[in-house]
Amino acid sequence: MNAILVNLCGLVLMAAVAWWFWLWQPRRRGLQSGAIDIDVADGVYEPDVIEARRGVPLTLRFHRRDPSPCAEQVIFQGLDVSASLPVGKTRIIQFTPEQSGVFRFTCQMQMYQGKLRVLD
Amino acid sequence: MNNRNGDQLTLAIGGASCQGCARKIREALAQIPGAGAVRVDIGAQRVHIEDLGLDAQAAARAVSEAGYPAQVVAQSGASPQRSTPTPTENISATDSGAHGAVQLQIRGAKCASCVRTIESALRSVPGVRRADMNLADRSALIEGTATPDALIDAVRNAGYEAEFSSAEDEVGNDDAERAHYRRLLRDMWIGLGLGIPLMLWGVFGGSMMVMPGTLARTLWAAIGVITLCVLMLAGGHFFRGAWQAFKHHHATMDTLIAIGTGSAWLYSMLVVLWPAAFPEAARHVYFEASAMIIGLINLGLALEIRARGKTSQAIRRLLDLRPKTARVLRDGDELDIPVEQVRVDDHLRARPGETIAVDGAVLEGDSHVDEAMLTGEPMPVRKQRGDAVAAGTINQGGALIYRATRVGRETALARIIALVKQAQGAKPSIGRLADTVSAVFVPGVLLIAIATALIWFNAGPEPRVAYMLIAAITVLIIACPCALGLATPMSVMVGVGKAAAAGILIRKGEALQTASALDTIVLDKTGTVTEGKPTVLKLFAAPGHTENGVLGIAATIERASEHPLAHAIVDAAQQRGIETGATANFQARNGKGVSAEVAGRPYLLGNRRWLEQEGVALAQGDAFAQHVIEQAGTPLFLASDRQLIGIIGVADRIKPDSRAAIERLRRRGLKVVMLTGDIAASAQAIAREAGIDEVIADVLPEHKAEHIERLRAQGRKVGMVGDGINDAPALAGADVGFAIGGGTDVAIESADVTLMRGSLHGVADAMEISQATLRNIKQNLFGAFIYNVLGIPIAAGALYPLFGLLLSPVLAGAAMSLSSVTVVANANRLRFFHPSGVREQTS
Repeated sequence: MNAILVNLCGLVLMAAVAWWFWLWQPRRRGLQSGAIDIDVADGVYEPDVIEARRGVPLTLRFHRRDPSPCAEQVIFQGLDVSASLPVGKTRIIQFTPEQSGVFRFTCQMQMYQGKLRVLD
Repeated sequence: MNNRNGDQLTLAIGGASCQGCARKIREALAQIPGAGAVRVDIGAQRVHIEDLGLDAQAAARAVSEAGYPAQVVAQSGASPQRSTPTPTENISATDSGAHGAVQLQIRGAKCASCVRTIESALRSVPGVRRADMNLADRSALIEGTATPDALIDAVRNAGYEAEFSSAEDEVGNDDAERAHYRRLLRDMWIGLGLGIPLMLWGVFGGSMMVMPGTLARTLWAAIGVITLCVLMLAGGHFFRGAWQAFKHHHATMDTLIAIGTGSAWLYSMLVVLWPAAFPEAARHVYFEASAMIIGLINLGLALEIRARGKTSQAIRRLLDLRPKTARVLRDGDELDIPVEQVRVDDHLRARPGETIAVDGAVLEGDSHVDEAMLTGEPMPVRKQRGDAVAAGTINQGGALIYRATRVGRETALARIIALVKQAQGAKPSIGRLADTVSAVFVPGVLLIAIATALIWFNAGPEPRVAYMLIAAITVLIIACPCALGLATPMSVMVGVGKAAAAGILIRKGEALQTASALDTIVLDKTGTVTEGKPTVLKLFAAPGHTENGVLGIAATIERASEHPLAHAIVDAAQQRGIETGATANFQARNGKGVSAEVAGRPYLLGNRRWLEQEGVALAQGDAFAQHVIEQAGTPLFLASDRQLIGIIGVADRIKPDSRAAIERLRRRGLKVVMLTGDIAASAQAIAREAGIDEVIADVLPEHKAEHIERLRAQGRKVGMVGDGINDAPALAGADVGFAIGGGTDVAIESADVTLMRGSLHGVADAMEISQATLRNIKQNLFGAFIYNVLGIPIAAGALYPLFGLLLSPVLAGAAMSLSSVTVVANANRLRFFHPSGVREQTS
């Protein structure tokens, strides 16, 4: 009885991990207008999901407060956009996404993670 | 600032770091009449207030008095974006910045009303388009055309002090980084300070078991509380990070460490509190593991910061080149001013040994300038009137006066820095697998840890509960996503920096990877294989004349001409120290040549057909002229009174090191092709001299790209080398486009790779650096994969059934810290790589 319970708990926990970290989909926030401020602290980008329109110039303002070197760079995978973020300062990144799709933006080690969703 | 109902007021604030601060700000604003809904944006350090007839300055004052220096940045209904955040760095490529923004550091401003005074003082200066002051960091950002001096004066007149601050502080905040390093070391000592004594106790036979009702149990309870303090103090950042990430549905390194150390502590604490609930053999405490792991991982992070500092050496070296001050000539005076204050068209002086402050054109003087730091060219370059000089290069011989042509972000140095920084963050596709893996890595490890625990529970020996815990924790701690994530970027960073130091600017990460795989190099002829400008090759003097005499007369005639051939002749005469005289009746005959009188005698200088039409007998120079043509040159005939005086052979010579560089490429097994618009005969002559296998001649500029396409269609990996201006489509069409430049005025944004030093050795160097970087990345990736692939099963207890071996969590913590340090250290090894060409040239 006990053994079944422990195994069941373990399996439920595993399912929960898979759901929470892999399967969960963020709510659509709708398009923001103007510059988007992104806070870089404690291992997360806030907000971590950004939406943009294809062909419309995008302005992101990164505020890095985490002095650990992990946060030093932000890289937009597949877009050839990257920048280093100085601690305690604001770094503006401007570019125009030319293709639609979902692009991850991360730090070098991919511990900081975010998604840029480019809509048509 | 006037109030308008229904609008929104935005304040810039400083120092608000938590939700508690947000609450304080809201409370402070609640006291202000006319303030509606308040939204505090901690990330942007902004407060947005619904404006119901609000006194903006009173609101700013209230927030400032609550402890968060505030200033009004926008008050309007439609667009709250009037403000410019400060301090701001803008890396946008589209930002023209025609009227550079000026940043001032203001002293003496203590309150929000000072801000208003200073801003209006600045706005009253003619030419100012916008002035925004940020009280939080006491800086003001001014846009417009006003001179910096006028701005400083305006601030002084308003009763405050102001000075320049560099808006281009591209380096990260060194102090913040050092403070972070010290904090990690402190955290390490806290963790190890508790962990080591506890571990020694265990190692030397002290009991780590808890018996109900003993004094030891009380002692363990006390140690448990101390361990909790250590976890909070030295490992708080892991727990905070893990929680933040969890809320965002992310799992990071912090998640693993927090769960690992947290569950070790929790289990131990439960054992201490309810020993009876556990089988006797499982009443073991693991406080030492929690503390040791926290200490070791902090140590690993600190070591990593140390090692990383070295990887960014190349960029630091470039940043250090930036001059701080400039010596400007104004109204006959010489002033030392900060380099930010230099405007285009200012006249500047560089004395011997001084750094050139901004990009410029030489007005006076004759000197040699060391450009090695930018172009990798070891020999100093001669600079005379009209030559371009670049910021950051060092004037060696004489004094120079030059006119500023590009300042601030526009200088070649600034653009190189921006480009290198950009490229250092780029990722070649080889890293993609690691990216895919690390994206799912941490949750995967969590699953493996739970599965491990279940396997130990179902199939393991007693005490099962203790084994479950140990194996699961060890899995969590040993897994190192960092090594995987760092493998590619660290090597790219060092490789791109290494290339920059050799005058090779790599713009795209992909080029770094492809360059090593090229099998065909297509070279444009003019300006790539050759100098790109004609020079005098050889001279023929008719009987009764000397070579110098011929050159002297020709140079005298051609001095007035703008034709490139004329420049070649005048330069050659200057080099030989031949004096030129005066001319009269100079006439340029389009497509034929020139005529003029020198010392009363009429001369003709031009092509064969024209002189033959004029009835000059040329037979005696035929052999010479033929020889010049065979060497891809152009013969120019000089005659007077229908008598041939001499012939000047002018040709676009191949660069002195082209042959050696092409030989290097061929030694690498590459097929070298030359592409040119010249006729086949003269193209062949150049190709023979340069040692090129294949020539494609008679190619119109617009058809160059087609030839590249044809080669690629044959399955070849093609690198194209050209000047980046005329060849842009061909460069873009190649697998890797190399733009070759003569010094710092090259269009560096035009191709995948830019060779600042106008030498073809750069192509071979770039390929070698690319190869070395790629090898380094592969080593890193291999190491990181193997580490995780072996480490995780061993931690889970794969060796237990065979050897009875189970890894301790503490050892896992040490291995994990070491693994990322190893990756960074291996990337650092790249710093000692030297392209073979550099060795050949310097030895």
